[in-house]
Amino acid sequence: MKCEVCGTRDAAVHLTEVVNDKVTKLHLCEQCARAKSEEMQSHFGLTDLLSGLMDFGPAASGERAEGGVGTKCSLCGMTYLNFQKTGKLGCGKCYESFERNLGELLRKIHGSDRHAGKIPFKGEEAIKEQQDLRRLKSELNELIRSEEFEKAALLRDRIRGMEKQTEKQDPK
Amino acid sequence: MKLDDFLGKRCEWLKGEGPSPNIAISTRVRIARNVAGHLYFNRADSRAREKTLEEIISQAKKSRFFKKSLFIKMKDISALDRQFLVERHLMSREHMRLAEHKGLIVDATEIVSVMLNEEDHIRLQSLQSGFNITEAWRIVDDIDTDLGRSIPFDYSGRFGYLTSCPTNTGTGLRASVMLHLSALVMTGQIENVFDAISKVGLTIRGFYGEGTEALGDFFQISNQVALGHSEMDILDNLERVINKIIQRERATRDELLKRKKQEISDGVSRSYGTLKSARIITSNETIKLLSTVRLGVDLGLLTGVETADVNEILLLTQPAHLQKINGKEILPYERDIKRAEIIKSKLKEKN
Repeated sequence: MKCEVCGTRDAAVHLTEVVNDKVTKLHLCEQCARAKSEEMQSHFGLTDLLSGLMDFGPAASGERAEGGVGTKCSLCGMTYLNFQKTGKLGCGKCYESFERNLGELLRKIHGSDRHAGKIPFKGEEAIKEQQDLRRLKSELNELIRSEEFEKAALLRDRIRGMEKQTEKQDPK
Repeated sequence: MKLDDFLGKRCEWLKGEGPSPNIAISTRVRIARNVAGHLYFNRADSRAREKTLEEIISQAKKSRFFKKSLFIKMKDISALDRQFLVERHLMSREHMRLAEHKGLIVDATEIVSVMLNEEDHIRLQSLQSGFNITEAWRIVDDIDTDLGRSIPFDYSGRFGYLTSCPTNTGTGLRASVMLHLSALVMTGQIENVFDAISKVGLTIRGFYGEGTEALGDFFQISNQVALGHSEMDILDNLERVINKIIQRERATRDELLKRKKQEISDGVSRSYGTLKSARIITSNETIKLLSTVRLGVDLGLLTGVETADVNEILLLTQPAHLQKINGKEILPYERDIKRAEIIKSKLKEKN
């Protein structure tokens, strides 16, 4: 498992904390744990740390309209700041509203931000098509990298065809 | 069917059946789902919460999987009954705290249960006796597919199933296996297990899941990663690791039996003796003693008692079960007396 703060080194320190009868666990590498040890001595709240985890890049500065802590979800009205405090999202739309920050956070938690599992019944085909497209595109990159241009050209045309098809069905 | 009907039944996960039941007590697989367009529990107002609850219930009632199920609204049952359901592992402790707008569906066999309006709108779980991830997942997968035909779930092509807490995003899947690891604790190898587990994206917890300490050498091991891998890969990873732990526990138990038979045997007999003769006994002491007796049963050091009997006593001596058997609520000190009585009578039945 990777450290939840730096996301690169292996976690070596595992902290358990009880807040309002809820136990939360945190996994840190030695360096990050040491860096955090001062905070821990005073008051080490996991929520604080989780928000530390979420503070990254210019996005968190709040200066940018999109992706800053002040960004509001258009459906439930939750702000990113609010999410940082509670650790819980308010609705499915939050994932769109905070997509950039959440992508980063999900990579830190799961090591990935791309679903590779089950697809729900509704709209199954459309979603499968998208996943196929994504897969074909990475194959295309692979072919270009290995300089197999003839194959790449064929695949490129196939992808274009598929994309046109999707555009027709879903004009946005 | 009524809630009290469960009391007289040995629930599925205590049967002491399935693969490796002496080391793996039970397997649980759960998935988290939300209804598209509905705000999550933490953001919804009470009208929206109730609407979500009613909608899911009405769809679930149409499903062939819930024909013989009990539909419970938390506010309609007593605090004792809620605790009772938690002790039977049919719902989380979180779910019993604020009863308003919360619901639970329990299938008559207690293999399937669905928490409604917990942190996510739907938390569907399957419990199996022994080490049986495949079967638990098969059941959950089938029901999920069926419910998904009538309920539009929150889902995105990139992130997968959307959940309130980002730790569940993706598959929404958490599988856990409850293990009895006496020999690994006794020989100090459990520390190595702890270290190894955190390195492979898994986590280890106590007897009643989140927020509980490991009592009586009972541990729950579960996956932590839910996104970026298929359900099968996540479950396969867990299965492999747990297989290794079970093998190690098995080998260590056999080794202990060879080299320290007298000591182990002495401990088992003493624990059994205390359980049979105690007049006042706390829940924690009971769990510790039962753990040793359970090991003794597995190693053939105790006859006349089966693993399933130990499992049953483990459940019946929990506070809410004790009070349900007693017929009325009693104070903690009286519970300790009642507990000793139940243990004595259960063990007497056996001899």
